[in-house]
Amino acid sequence: MGEMPYEEIEHTADLSMRVRGKDMAQLLKHAAEGMLHLSDVHTKSSEGSKVSVELQAPDREQLLVVWLEELLFGIETRSVAYRDFEIRMVEDTRCEASMREIELESIGKHIKAVTFHDLRIIVTQEGLEATIVFDV
Amino acid sequence: MVDKQDFTRISPVQWEIPTSFRQDMRVPVRFFASEQLLEATLGDKSVTQAVNSATLPGLVSHVTVMPDMHQGYGFPIGGVAATELPSGVISPGGIGYDINCGVRMLATNIPHEELKPHVGALASALNAHCPSGVGVKGKIRLSAKQLDGVLRLGSKWALKNGYATPEDVARTEDNGSLPGADPSALSPRAKDRGRPQLGSLGAGNHFIELDVIEEIYHAEGAKAMGLEAGNVVLQIHCGSRGLGHQVCSDYVRELQGAVQRYGIRLPDRELVCAPLDSPEGERYFAAMSCAANYAFASRQLLTHQARQAFEQVLAGKVSNWDLHQVYDVAHNIGKIEEHQIDGKSKRVCVHRKGATRAFGPGFEGLPAEYRDLGQPVLIPGSMGTRSWVMLGTEKSMQLSFGSCAHGAGRVMSRSKAKRSIRGDKLFQKMQAEGIKVHARSMPGFAEEAPQAYKDVDAVVQVVTDAGIAQKVARVRPIAVIKG
Repeated sequence: MGEMPYEEIEHTADLSMRVRGKDMAQLLKHAAEGMLHLSDVHTKSSEGSKVSVELQAPDREQLLVVWLEELLFGIETRSVAYRDFEIRMVEDTRCEASMREIELESIGKHIKAVTFHDLRIIVTQEGLEATIVFDV
Repeated sequence: MVDKQDFTRISPVQWEIPTSFRQDMRVPVRFFASEQLLEATLGDKSVTQAVNSATLPGLVSHVTVMPDMHQGYGFPIGGVAATELPSGVISPGGIGYDINCGVRMLATNIPHEELKPHVGALASALNAHCPSGVGVKGKIRLSAKQLDGVLRLGSKWALKNGYATPEDVARTEDNGSLPGADPSALSPRAKDRGRPQLGSLGAGNHFIELDVIEEIYHAEGAKAMGLEAGNVVLQIHCGSRGLGHQVCSDYVRELQGAVQRYGIRLPDRELVCAPLDSPEGERYFAAMSCAANYAFASRQLLTHQARQAFEQVLAGKVSNWDLHQVYDVAHNIGKIEEHQIDGKSKRVCVHRKGATRAFGPGFEGLPAEYRDLGQPVLIPGSMGTRSWVMLGTEKSMQLSFGSCAHGAGRVMSRSKAKRSIRGDKLFQKMQAEGIKVHARSMPGFAEEAPQAYKDVDAVVQVVTDAGIAQKVARVRPIAVIKG
């Protein structure tokens, strides 16, 4: 893919991000990386324990939202950030994700929630693309 | 995209998009705006979002939009919509993630001149007593049972536990306690996020601010509120923290299925909704009421902590450092209210997303000292600029479901603000203007720069000209604690 896996889009009050992936697993990975980038997270080290999660949703858009919300919950309640994502699609709307959970040092931007506003995962020549609006 | 020619001007400060504009609109959309403010909003998606919100089932009369409107998600910020009971819908996206984000003002009897030598120390003490930042914890630890008490009772829980005075509670919208709150409607995650955060400010555009009263416009109103020109007031702006965000996230997801079950077609998935009398609608309303109560209690705890900061810094130095509540209003909320629609009294669910209740004189829910005047309305400006105290009017009951603007309203994206404004320069500029500032992050500080917002004076002039609120007092900041 020649284009950036994610990029910030102008939004008057909140945060918006366009994210791309060659398939659903990569879209989820890039969305997580993009959200953490927009959150401006810094970790205390690069070391951390491996954690995993299995998620399922009625459709792909909901899976994307549920996945990102899972990470936001960890960031807020356990003061951690995540990296080294490995995602495997079990079914079209069910995934297994593993990643390293690392103690948070600072976070520049508080993302409150992942919205469904105009959220559609579209098929492009290079794979999948979605535009996500975050409430901040 | 909507063009200016799509609007019909119905008064110098009111504009309408009729239902003929788009086939799926159920009611027209009416905007309060000057020509300049209207043109400023055409650059983003806010008008389209307002039109989208006019497609919800069960809407009555019209959707109304305030002059501080800007792009949000689902509803625009500044949107107000009323749905008829029992079968009209309730939409979490029409209320927002930060449920009962709101603002409270507390007045002092301290002249600015007398406080001047202590403003720096007071700002530092407020910063120390009122925790702020992402995921920050409050100063008290709640058991599961205590949290349920907060969710059921809101400010009344704070009163019961020594964090409030009876006057604080009486001078809070709905006495800071919405009925119908059912803690069992909350997910374990919502409670996990909420338990440690009560009495914390959070981040983003939340703030605590010390202001000096510059001018009084309504002597009787100011007297009832205890506002005197030259004296200092305190404002607290925050919401329901992670608990409210989780409630909204949970129910926006849950109601994705409900719209299919009830055969509701929507132009945006963020507008998902359920009939008010459906199990899903009732459950969301009970959860939303819990989050609203949590926010009322949280602002009350911050008030308690602010009083501790005042005592710590001012005891022995100032004769009377009492902070007495002017009022506390919600910005993001859904309320069951009685309104006159087409000459008939109807019970409706008023969704206010980035809008303030502004009930006129005679409303029985107001404390006696405000009942003949109308409800106090607080309109904070952008960081470092003026804020306004106003009163709700009879006309707001006729034109806007008893609602008014809630702030200045953003006009510049956060990324553009960060690119074009340097936080450290802004910090220095505000300090040079005599405003003491505490901020956690310079890029975050730059995002909240006054240039990123509309002129709050222009917003206030529109609501005044429209007659939906009247001016009482104008204040300017002398210290800002940014979340």
